[in-house]
Parts: sequence; structure tokens; C-alpha cells
Amino acid sequence: MKQNILALLSGVLFGTGLAISGMIDPARVRAFLDVTGNWDPTLAFVMGGALLPMAIAWQVLKRGKPLASNSCPLPSTSQIDWRLISGAAIFGIGWGLAGICPGPGIAALAVKPMSALLFVLAMAAGMGLHNIIFSARRLSRA
Amino acid sequence: MPGFPQAAPVEGLVGGLLIGLAAAIMLLGNGRIAGVSGLFARTLGISSSDTPRQLALAFIAGLPIGAGLVELVAGTNAQFPAPLILLIAGVIVGFGTRLGSGCTSGHGICGLSRLSPRSIFATLTFMTAGVITVTTMRLLELSV
Repeated sequence: MKQNILALLSGVLFGTGLAISGMIDPARVRAFLDVTGNWDPTLAFVMGGALLPMAIAWQVLKRGKPLASNSCPLPSTSQIDWRLISGAAIFGIGWGLAGICPGPGIAALAVKPMSALLFVLAMAAGMGLHNIIFSARRLSRA
Repeated sequence: MPGFPQAAPVEGLVGGLLIGLAAAIMLLGNGRIAGVSGLFARTLGISSSDTPRQLALAFIAGLPIGAGLVELVAGTNAQFPAPLILLIAGVIVGFGTRLGSGCTSGHGICGLSRLSPRSIFATLTFMTAGVITVTTMRLLELSV
């Protein structure tokens, strides 16, 4: 219960930050990626602002354990493989195409419901497609 | 901002700090990465992560609540592309973030802030791919 409340609080703050920073506006995000055009550097400030508390949080975590959990948050793999590279490249193409990544897409459900819902449903389908293609292979390796 | 009249550095920084604080709560409170694509997949039940599904759902549900609060209090600007673009981009983003194990939040904020080589590599890759896509579309005069 305590964990779920913390997760909800985190999600609300995250969504608030996305809206205040203008990152739920796809046009602004695309303008950040348009470095040789009419460049809008706002996203760099968002990244800088977000990295600061998290850099501190990782240092704090080195000296203790999470408040409401015993879970170890470090991902199990450290390998840079073709999945990571091609996945990130494919994601970047979609991100550039519409100017929407998963967080802002879901947060925008409260702002532009029809457009955001279409994006989120398509994103769910894309995730499902990934699972259909790769789950058989993963099972056979396990 | 001089030279960039459309930039919103103060709003960006304040919003960014809130995003970072949110991710820090998830990390220090729950020992979890606030990676939206992973938590969304967990909510859908299509991720093998050990994150409890309710926890993922609580975080994901919070996102539109937070954005909705800002919309109510101050109003927001959001200029969305045409439906066909949303559909195609959504599928690509969903597929790519699962294959690459993360998006702007998981790799770009959580991973980058602990200097994870995987996340640094992923962030550079999706930023570059995004820049190439937007630039190509502008040069070809394709609007969204």
C-alpha cells in the first residue's frame, strides 16, 4: 500500500513536471530535435533539471536502502548489444516523427484526450508486437 | 532567452526538477526505476519485470492526473500531429522502447544520472535518430 501511494505520488509529480516544462507539447519537443532549424533548447533545461535530483538520489542510495522496499533497482544487464542500439534508434525515429515519447503521451491523455489516446493505443500495440516477435525466442533461450 | 525567443528555460528547469524529484521518490521510496515505457508495459501485463503491477499502474495513472492539474490551474499548450502520424509513431515508439529497454525517462534521466554506459549509449542513439528524423522531414518539407 505504502509503495503504491509513493508510486502514485511520483507519477503525479512526473506528470506535473512534464506539463509545466512544456514537454507534453509535441511541437516543442520536435523543435528541440530540429537543431539546424528553428531550434528550441527548452528540453535541455528539462533534462538538466531532472538529472540533478536523480544524481543526488543515486548517491543517497549508495548509503542506504529504499524506504518502502527491499528491491534492488539496478538493471541486470550492462551489455551494449544490438537490441539496445536498434531499439533506441527505432524509438528515436518515432520520437522525431511525432514529437511524443511514452511519458508525455500518457500524461497528455488529460490535455488532448483523443490524440493522446490514439498514440497510447498505438504504442501499446507496438509493445505487443515486440513481445509477439521476441517472446518465442526468449522462451527458447530460457 | 536571447537568440531563442520560443524557449522556456525557467519552465523547463522547474518542470525538469519536478520530474527528477518524481524519479527520486520512485528510486528512494520503492527502489524502482521511473521508466515510463517499462512501467506502462508492466501495466499492460506484457513485461517480465518483477515490479508489482499495481505499483506500475499507480505511477502510470499519476501522469495524466499531474498534467491535468496543471491544465486546470494554468492551462497548457499542446500541438499534436495528425492521427495517421500519431498511429505510426505510436507503434514505432512502443516497439523501439521495448527492444531498447527504455525511453527518455528510463535511459535519459534515470540511467544517465548514474552514468550507466547502456543508458548513455541509448540516449545518444535516440537523440541522434530523432534529430535525423526531424531534420529529414523538414528538408523534404513533410509537415506533421
